[in-house]
Amino acid sequence: MSEAEKFNAIIIGAGPAGAACAYTLAKEGKEVLVIERADSPGSKNVTGGRIYTYALDLLEPGLWEDAALERRVTHEQIMMLNGDQAITVEYSNPSFNTEGQMPQSYTILRAVFDEWLASKAEEMGAMIACGVKVDDLIEENGKIVGVKAGEDDMYADVVIAADGVNSFIAQKAGLFADIPAQNLGVGVKEIIEIPSQTIQERFHLKDGEGAARMLLGCTEGIHGGGFMYTNQESISLGCVFTPEEAARNGKQVHDILQDLKMHPAIYSLIEGGKTVEYGAHLVSEAGCRGIPKKLYRDGLLVIGDAAGFVINTGYSIRGIDLAIVSGIAAARAILSEKSAGPAYMAQLENLKLLPTMKAVDGYFDVLEIPRIYGVYPKLAVDMFGKLFSVNGEVPISIKKEITRSLKDNKLSMWQLMKDGIRGYRSI
Amino acid sequence: MSIKAMEAPELLSLNKFNVDEEEPHIVLDKKICAECQDKPCLVVCPAVLYKLDKNGEISFDYAGCLECGTCRVMCKKKGIVMWEYPRGTFGVSFRYG
Repeated sequence: MSEAEKFNAIIIGAGPAGAACAYTLAKEGKEVLVIERADSPGSKNVTGGRIYTYALDLLEPGLWEDAALERRVTHEQIMMLNGDQAITVEYSNPSFNTEGQMPQSYTILRAVFDEWLASKAEEMGAMIACGVKVDDLIEENGKIVGVKAGEDDMYADVVIAADGVNSFIAQKAGLFADIPAQNLGVGVKEIIEIPSQTIQERFHLKDGEGAARMLLGCTEGIHGGGFMYTNQESISLGCVFTPEEAARNGKQVHDILQDLKMHPAIYSLIEGGKTVEYGAHLVSEAGCRGIPKKLYRDGLLVIGDAAGFVINTGYSIRGIDLAIVSGIAAARAILSEKSAGPAYMAQLENLKLLPTMKAVDGYFDVLEIPRIYGVYPKLAVDMFGKLFSVNGEVPISIKKEITRSLKDNKLSMWQLMKDGIRGYRSI
Repeated sequence: MSIKAMEAPELLSLNKFNVDEEEPHIVLDKKICAECQDKPCLVVCPAVLYKLDKNGEISFDYAGCLECGTCRVMCKKKGIVMWEYPRGTFGVSFRYG
């Protein structure tokens, strides 16, 4: 094989991590091949979802301005459900939508966004081969030197695994074993089409503004939660569960989403809409504890979801931004012409990805408190119910109500305090 | 049509699939599945593709697979003897995602 047939880099997967890596390398004149198993980039991918915009700006200042995004998130909401009741807390900040300023985050649809980002990498000169599945890696003298796809062998100085959460390429490379189920969440989601004007009226949004809502108490007590994101002309509604608890619970994950959809406080927001797609995906839930010990070997780097780069604090979920940052980190490491593996790890520190994940590591412990998913939302909704009840009877003191509610929910003040302290220490 | 609770097949019918009729991407060894008491696949598959037939045996159809991988990571007895992504261009194509 002649040198001319050899790429500087082969990237497996044209999601945000792969496309960001390809963009950065191609911009510096490197010959890059991105191999994507889907017909078009993004069409195998599912998000909640939103993207935190800083990552796009890191890739290329101003790139976000013509990006394929949905709505600027100006309304951050947390909702707790119990029975047919609900509490919604909303933080709104119009400055998230200031003319001429980069908004902090946008809602997105992955089939649209990923295709756009990959097209930007293509404009920089990267080659994107869609509809091709990488079957295996080619190894020579202990180094990964290329990939096999069907009958074809393709060679490169470095191969980058950006193949998503299931991470088969890193497994084939012997870097790590299949992901343990306890580190994962399974997400299910419907895209519900609703006219833009109706969305804006129901969520009190101006043109281009969007809402992001996290839901607690909608998972039958299973470790997990729901989400709702307003897109331009649709709403993404879904939930995420730890599959092991879901299996023990015994109710179909699909049915739990159907119940959520029909909850009166949710139904009123999507009424008259039309479901146009049903998706599912795995997501790493273990934060920095889910990052494999080794993210590289000679000739191979692992980036994005494949490397476990996801943050879930309960109130915000980040993955796409981290994917892009890790793609940039890998590209910069390759461009530095130092030993790519250690240089990649240094870039992940340098670009604040690993420090960020370490900083929020404690949230994992908070989210391990099982009461967060069932009893606490129920308790909160119960207490609000009591606060707003007026029936002409002499009210009993709120203090007594709290004691009674705790007892009804089989909770002790001691347990509540322990969880409070654990929560405070963890964040 | 307005919002209503939907069964999995109805939801899947909204998606775009290009089913690989020649090569299934998930293969079960039903003898192993028969020995599995828990059968978590019946509950955790978002597409509800794992079912019990009249004889209490697992029946499975890969055609509506959303390619999430949950069944694979949850399969305790390893009755799923092969789980790969479908060949290039085959499988689900999300139009929104």
